[in-house]
Amino acid sequence: MTTLPEKTERKLGLVIDLDTCVGCHACVISCKGWNTENYGSPLADVDAYGENPVGTFLNRVHSYEVTPDEGTSQLVHFPKSCLHCEDAPCVTVCPTGASYKRFEDGIVLVNESDCIGCGLCAWACPYGAREMDGVEKVMKKCTLCVDRIYNENLEPEDQIPSCVRTCPAGARHFGDFNDPESNVNKLVLKRGGMDLMPEQQTKPVNKYLPPRPKDTLGEIDILAPLLKPVAEKPGSFIGWLNKQLDKI
Amino acid sequence: MTDQPYLDISPQLSDEIRKTTCYMCACRCGIDVHIKNGKVAYIEGNKEHPVNQGVLCAKGSAGIMQINAPSKLKSPLKRIGPRGSGKFKEITWDEALNVATSWLKPIREKNPEKLAFFTGRDQSQSFTSFWAQNFGTPNYAAHGGFCSVNMAAAGIYTMGGAFWEFGQPDWDHTKLFMLFGVAEDHDSNPIKMGIGKIKAKGARIIGVNPIRTGYSAVADDWVGITPGTDGLFIMSLIHLLLKAGKIDLAYLSQFTNAPALVDKETGLLLKDADNKELVIDQKSGKLVAFDTKNIRPSLTANHKGNQTVFYHMIEKYLSDDFSPEAVSERTGIKAGRIRAIAAEIARVAFEESFEIDQEWTDFRGNKHKKMLARPVSFHAMRGISAHSNGFQTCRALHVLQIILGTVEVPGGFRFKPPYPKPSSIHPKPHCKVTPGAPLDGPHLGFVHGPDDLCLKEDGTPARIDKAFTWENPMSAHGLMHMVISNAHAGDPYKIDTLFMYMANMSWNSSMNTKGVIEMLTDKNDNGDYVIPHIIYSDAYSSEMVAYADLILPDTTYLERHDCISLLDRPICEADVVADSIRWPVIEPDRDVRGFQSVLCDLGTRLQLPGFIDDEGNARFKDYADYIVNHERKPGIGPLAGWRSKEDTGKGSPNPNQLNQYIKNGGFWTKHIPKNAAYYKPWNLDYQNWAVDTGLYDQPQPYLFSLYVEPMRKFQLAALGHGKTQPPEHLRDRILKSMDPLPIWYPPFEETLVDKDEFTLHALTQRPMAMYHSWGTQNAWLRQIHGVNPLYIPSKLMMSHSLKDGDWVQLTSVNGSITVPVAEMAALNERTVWTWNAIGKRKGTWALDKNAPEATKGFLLNHLIHELLPPKGDGLRWANSDPITGQAAWFDLRVKLEKVKPPFSSEPTFPEIKSPVQKGSDIILQGQN
Amino acid sequence: MHPSPSVIIFTALSGLGFGLLVFLGLKMPDVTGILAFIFFVIGFGLAVGGLISSTFHLGRPERSLKAFKQWRSSWLSREAIAAVFTLSVMAVYAIGRIFFDYDIRILGIVGAIMSIVTVFTTSMIYAQLKSIPRWNTKLTPAYFLSLSLAGGALLAIQIKFCLLLLLISGFIQLLVWIKGDRALALSGTTLESGTGLGTIGRVRAFEPPHTGTNYLLKEFVHIVGRKHSAKLRIIALFLMIGTPILLLSLSFSHFLAALAVISHIAGLFISRWLFFAEAEHVVGLYYGKR
Repeated sequence: MTTLPEKTERKLGLVIDLDTCVGCHACVISCKGWNTENYGSPLADVDAYGENPVGTFLNRVHSYEVTPDEGTSQLVHFPKSCLHCEDAPCVTVCPTGASYKRFEDGIVLVNESDCIGCGLCAWACPYGAREMDGVEKVMKKCTLCVDRIYNENLEPEDQIPSCVRTCPAGARHFGDFNDPESNVNKLVLKRGGMDLMPEQQTKPVNKYLPPRPKDTLGEIDILAPLLKPVAEKPGSFIGWLNKQLDKI
Repeated sequence: MTDQPYLDISPQLSDEIRKTTCYMCACRCGIDVHIKNGKVAYIEGNKEHPVNQGVLCAKGSAGIMQINAPSKLKSPLKRIGPRGSGKFKEITWDEALNVATSWLKPIREKNPEKLAFFTGRDQSQSFTSFWAQNFGTPNYAAHGGFCSVNMAAAGIYTMGGAFWEFGQPDWDHTKLFMLFGVAEDHDSNPIKMGIGKIKAKGARIIGVNPIRTGYSAVADDWVGITPGTDGLFIMSLIHLLLKAGKIDLAYLSQFTNAPALVDKETGLLLKDADNKELVIDQKSGKLVAFDTKNIRPSLTANHKGNQTVFYHMIEKYLSDDFSPEAVSERTGIKAGRIRAIAAEIARVAFEESFEIDQEWTDFRGNKHKKMLARPVSFHAMRGISAHSNGFQTCRALHVLQIILGTVEVPGGFRFKPPYPKPSSIHPKPHCKVTPGAPLDGPHLGFVHGPDDLCLKEDGTPARIDKAFTWENPMSAHGLMHMVISNAHAGDPYKIDTLFMYMANMSWNSSMNTKGVIEMLTDKNDNGDYVIPHIIYSDAYSSEMVAYADLILPDTTYLERHDCISLLDRPICEADVVADSIRWPVIEPDRDVRGFQSVLCDLGTRLQLPGFIDDEGNARFKDYADYIVNHERKPGIGPLAGWRSKEDTGKGSPNPNQLNQYIKNGGFWTKHIPKNAAYYKPWNLDYQNWAVDTGLYDQPQPYLFSLYVEPMRKFQLAALGHGKTQPPEHLRDRILKSMDPLPIWYPPFEETLVDKDEFTLHALTQRPMAMYHSWGTQNAWLRQIHGVNPLYIPSKLMMSHSLKDGDWVQLTSVNGSITVPVAEMAALNERTVWTWNAIGKRKGTWALDKNAPEATKGFLLNHLIHELLPPKGDGLRWANSDPITGQAAWFDLRVKLEKVKPPFSSEPTFPEIKSPVQKGSDIILQGQN
Repeated sequence: MHPSPSVIIFTALSGLGFGLLVFLGLKMPDVTGILAFIFFVIGFGLAVGGLISSTFHLGRPERSLKAFKQWRSSWLSREAIAAVFTLSVMAVYAIGRIFFDYDIRILGIVGAIMSIVTVFTTSMIYAQLKSIPRWNTKLTPAYFLSLSLAGGALLAIQIKFCLLLLLISGFIQLLVWIKGDRALALSGTTLESGTGLGTIGRVRAFEPPHTGTNYLLKEFVHIVGRKHSAKLRIIALFLMIGTPILLLSLSFSHFLAALAVISHIAGLFISRWLFFAEAEHVVGLYYGKR
């Protein structure tokens, strides 16, 4: 069903903290490990040990250098996977109904047995969130670990996407954006969570927390109160010291 | 709206979960290995594990591709072509072990030192050293000498432990965290977890690193320091903090040797008959031992002209040589910025301090109602370590921590058991060789003066790597990077057999790779190899395999037993003592054996005393048997958990021990009581608890050594005192470098090359998603890092008309490489860098010969020599720290020039014939 | 975008085929019997050949029948339905014309209209994509339709129509290029908006997430050099529009007409190659490429 639900019961998605992501790629490989074993066909790696290895991944970490008008350049690590958009263009373009957005939680999925591998959904996605599998020739994308988050074989605290569970720095958060009290909504509110490419009008569910202002310590001059010298020469320093030691 | 396809949202995860310990880097996280149809299906972090608490990095999750890698060696190999050709024939284990025995037995009987046994990324050093000790050779060490021995040794000598395995920031309470240099695979996940934790609380992170990637990228403030000048920067901070009186005087007086009196004649510390430092009690004015009850040691006393350590520090560090203005140009940090950082450190340490309501008792018997926080913490590893001035720089960092009173207090730095452990209770190095008998004690340790050096009676080095000699007296981890070079040169002597484990010495683990390859293949006039026999053990078809005569194929980490032991490099946390195991969660599908089990077998064949019973039969049938039944001292063995006295850490061996570990998720923990959580070196409750747990033999509170007296002893020898004195050509260097208070001097290489010609510094970093050369064979990880450009600062790109993808020739005094480049703005303007160990040799690691790792990847190692440029005195000067012998990787100076794109990165090496088959083109992990 | 031969052939040939069917449906030329057979074979051949070619672009062509389901939202689905409907209608019409010399007028008119609709649905597959600003414009259907009709007129030997339509197509083609070159910049989508980091400063792609290639780079990132592009545009315009106009303006001969057709098709292929190769998918921004 490639028409989009007007409203989903829950709105599950991720908050990704660009201030904290150290760019370790843990989420990338954990995602690969879980999803190649689960939902749909394996995520193939073609020419795995060769000149030009190409594998299917559902989550990738870019890095960007950001240079302010004044001041030092910064480096920002940038994980990117499906944003499970409310107005998901990838869904509506699908001719077969393989791509669909779940009405119960808003997760965008591909029903692989209906996918003809036309690639149009990947064309429609501005974020590069879909990759055609090199062997199975069907479209692959983040499932938000739909086979983990409700999985009764997992303990409750593990019923989260594998990328969130594995993230060493805790830069990824999972929750329901329809619930005003959810961790993800609170974070978005507190830290100014943002949409990627808002002008594309996809209404992404996943939000990104911007890096906090950097290099704010700046420079200070000799008269800094905290560094006011108690003495200039070792001799007078000892005098100061003796006074201090008497106070202890 | 309900015509959605049916989905199984509760699939069965796997048939079984087996919990063991990761080995994809040095971090040693707990992992849950999911098994499906008898095969590894998925690896995730173990939530209960003290190290990673459920999280897992990219390497850890990619372990499955390491298990399936086509590069796994399949059976013992005997070389049939010339060394380096890669031509081998498969042989049986029996034949392999017979060959090894036939080489080693005569050595042991006549000249045990003719065996050099060095292990690389070994996590069983207490076992491998035990084997080497029983063999009787003095020539044993692991890779610490070319890794981070400066950090480790400086920490032990200064305060009884350094970073990583020794201690960690108090993540729960710290408000300012300052991170120096590269730190990735050391404490990989815990640091990421810590950074995440303190970020969530709004703490500030300052990254001091020429390169703004990784942790420095998420740091709130970045200090793009010039390589090799960290010591100057730190001493400038010390200068500013001292001058402003922003130091913890009570802490310095009570817990450090700041109040200790320095003999004005000798520079040694005044001590009483029990060898305890003497101080002046401020209340009584009396000269007393430092641990006398109810005293208040004076920081300013002057006893008959003998001043305190603190007085000497003030004299040294208040000097304008360390003013921000004086160090600014060299360090590349503006003076105002140094001041801003010092002010922030002072502010957080003293104005954001707080108290924890927790009583504790110090070693002088004083009861304290509270624990006072100094919420500033630091971490550093290889970045400041791998310089020829690294030891003193690491010392300076510890001195900074100590004057702020931030060690072992809330919010500061906390030791992890079995640390703190001062240098005085560590063993000393041993080197006395007796043919046919074990060595006289452990190889490695901490020297306390010239008499502890490993010298023969004629004063020449006893060890092949010249560790513990006047060239590097405090080389606590040995000098693995000098072994092949020295053995080839016959300096100090020739050897017969080089036996190595997990060390890619003919590639990325060596300086001067090409030179090392030549040394390994060099022949003498008789046509024999200069290094006659080489035995190598590795699980994979690494570059080193081709250069060995005999290959003993190891298992992968999921097919073996291991113990992460308190006797070795433990995995404890600040509140928890812990150890763990690996166990075969899958069986090998080829004819390989765990290296440690092979050593047990060899030990029996060689009749090594520790490995045989009274009848000469095998004492341990394999490594697992050793882990359970070996006792270092009565009641103390490799594993502390589930010994006969449950939960004590001590007791006689328990045959069911490994099963207990497996049942518990592969690890054992014991929590430190709350009143023992901080002030561990001086906290009686901790000291007693540590004795109960088997960490100490007896309580031994000690003072932090701002002033490291053993260093002064070496200086005295250089001045002509004592029976053991340095050779003439080293006197001056010993005197200058072995200052008992931290100093800074320029890295050696830059004093010997033309700085106007070689204007740039060149560094490597290890990417977070790739560990060492192991990663490139990993089908998932090599897609992330398959090539490594040379990153060049924007200004330099412009001035050389370079754009991404262009090529340059990078030249050091030792040679040139031709490599692709990429621009980076957030980079020290005098520094270029690349990722470490991505470049591969054709024919290795079961990769295609046109793999990007082999055509575009490159090593910086070709530009770095194990020796300094010749000084014209005919001597071989190691490119190492003069105190510890740490390899000075990061002293490298280079220049660059734009060149036309070559066919592939240069230098190129001939393809090695692969001893293993190529892997399949397509991987469908998870296909049923 | 990767200029994949299957989609270039598909859009070019089916456009020509349906264009010809438009004219055949309108009895231009008014042919029956063997002559009608030849024209319809050409029309159907091109349309069906194009459609078959499009299935080579599919990862799983054996499932292509599933593509008829989602007409409510998917232009690709609509195109499939429209094409099959059009071809069916035209088939009946053609049978009448060829074998029975019979003109079911209503079918001819419906078929002609549906041929236009089919080409329109094809064009909308591309025009709907906000992610590819160069295509996301009304000019895209104009470009597809004008060329389809001009090509159809050429094949149907409707010289006057053809000359007019070629002029219109040439004009639209020029607009497509001129406006297209600024489309990405005007779309407002940048690396800054894509990362949300623009408030801090200028954003530059540093390390890519993978050092090798992947599906996204292979499918969406294709860089045509500016000089190369200018040359190709001139050649395309010359072959697709200029030469046919010149040849058709001379006295009519089948030889010249055939030359005009060959020239037009060659130009059309270059134009269509450029249509894909020059289209910048915004995902390229994430890789620092466009």
